[in-house]
Amino acid sequence: MIKPSNIKIAVASGKGGTGKTLLSTNLFYVLQQQNCNITLVDCDAEEPNDRVFFKGTMLKSLEVTQKVPVIEESKCTFCGKCHEYCNYNAIFILPPVKIIKVIEDLCHGCGACSVACHYDAISEKDVLLGNVNCFSIAQQSTVIEANMKVGVYSPVSVIKEAIKEAGNSGIIILDSPPGTSCPFIQTVAVADYVILVTEPTPFGLSDLRQSVETLKTMNKTCGVIINRAGLGDNAIYEYLKQEHIALLMEIPFDKDIASYYSKGELFVKYKTEWEQPFISMFNSIVEKYGDSNN
Amino acid sequence: MEIAIISGKGGTGKSSISAAFATLSGKVVLADCDVDAANLFIMFNPTHEEEQVYMGGQKAVIDYSMCTNCGLCVDYCRFGAISFLNGRVSISEILCDGCKLCSRICPSEAITMIDSDKSRMYAGTFRNGKMVYGRLAPGEENSGKLVNMVRDKAKKMAKAENIDTIILDGPPGIGCPVISTITGVDHVVIVTEPTISGLHDLKRTIEITSKFNLKTWVIINKYDLNNEMANEIELYCNGLGISIAGKFTFNAQVVEAMVQCKSIMEYAPESDFATQIQSAYNMIANGKIISKRN
Repeated sequence: MIKPSNIKIAVASGKGGTGKTLLSTNLFYVLQQQNCNITLVDCDAEEPNDRVFFKGTMLKSLEVTQKVPVIEESKCTFCGKCHEYCNYNAIFILPPVKIIKVIEDLCHGCGACSVACHYDAISEKDVLLGNVNCFSIAQQSTVIEANMKVGVYSPVSVIKEAIKEAGNSGIIILDSPPGTSCPFIQTVAVADYVILVTEPTPFGLSDLRQSVETLKTMNKTCGVIINRAGLGDNAIYEYLKQEHIALLMEIPFDKDIASYYSKGELFVKYKTEWEQPFISMFNSIVEKYGDSNN
Repeated sequence: MEIAIISGKGGTGKSSISAAFATLSGKVVLADCDVDAANLFIMFNPTHEEEQVYMGGQKAVIDYSMCTNCGLCVDYCRFGAISFLNGRVSISEILCDGCKLCSRICPSEAITMIDSDKSRMYAGTFRNGKMVYGRLAPGEENSGKLVNMVRDKAKKMAKAENIDTIILDGPPGIGCPVISTITGVDHVVIVTEPTISGLHDLKRTIEITSKFNLKTWVIINKYDLNNEMANEIELYCNGLGISIAGKFTFNAQVVEAMVQCKSIMEYAPESDFATQIQSAYNMIANGKIISKRN
């Protein structure tokens, strides 16, 4: 197989539960068996699951924090400037009764309030948003998990840190969060190629279409894997043809595959006939988008 | 009565179950709160009686005729969104968080904020009542505010039409849009599947619902894909005193129904799956009466 010195591939889908994790983890395993230098980044920080599929040792766990203002009321003149500067409505103020409160859940840590305050009444503290956990799976193969703390409002900061931690060398697979909003954009923005995983249903097609349109505006190339092929209808195949999008692979609906997944097992370990399709798919992507060819 | 259907993990069957609940018998207001990947409108094809613009976040834009390239904004931006590119200050649309600090501190007033106005809320009539859904523009922060807008509209419609039941189809994950979907509802139904990932995500989702002290039910969908895991999930829920509202068998008819743009109640009202849905719904809805009496 072709071994690129570095390539970043995002595995994404508009619709949840189409098989992003199934694909990412099995692709990771197949490439690892080929002695590639490979990192899998679980960017689904709200519900990270990749590490369930691997036995590894934790190398490190980094805390991801955010700055949140602390207002010293004795210095505050209740002028309201910080409230005016905050673009997230995170500062609540009632000057007549001298009440000022920071709504930490709404704060994005931009620091505007500190700039606004002329009375030195605002300092900052760190608030924990989550962790980036790094696991060594085998030599040259690492799983990095973005894990948002339960109760935190947005996973974006933790995702960004996890991607940063993965660096730039070797093969990097980014298991993306669902949807096409900010967490998805942050993940695919760094990718050289995007694999969209979908299922052949009207819901799958609708969400695929939205993902494809979004990737177009970002000038990202994508290919599609149809999971649970055989259940559903053919509209998705028509769409791919019409849009000239590569159909990278089809995985049929198969109770065995579902059952291995349910137990936290990698199906390619047991159904070894699947190794080759994964390698061929990877080669076809690297030929065009990996740097070994540049 | 508001019933929210959520799942943590994507693709467990939230929307199929929401659609079934919405077509059981009496009229309902159906609100699709998965604004990042709205799907139920495909199945129910509601009329467009109302369309509202949802104002999302803002993005900073530089007017280069005024910019002196002083770089002050680069120093102030905490999101790493502003940097010198080819000798010129440049703002990354992807990384910009919309805090407006750069615009406020720019000595030459060269930076303005552009509102993103591409997200929408739609409301109308579908074959079993009223329907509301939101569509978040790609790349937007999914802050939960559009979800709040959808829920407000759903409540207004329920009142105006004298409809008792509001069904909320929630987004995946555990972040802000999920919190917005479940805050203050009468019942939260978590749909899970018998996989390690399903259980792992269920645990995090229950953490959220218990934080908000919400009456929580669990449905184990496709439980026969892994009976052992289904039992483990049931034991886990029993241990926490959370009732299992149903254990549904895997049924390919659910997908066939979706392809026909029908709910399982409409497509196969006599099927086992339809019976399971009905009894789960009865259990949840009656639970409401019991808890009122207490």
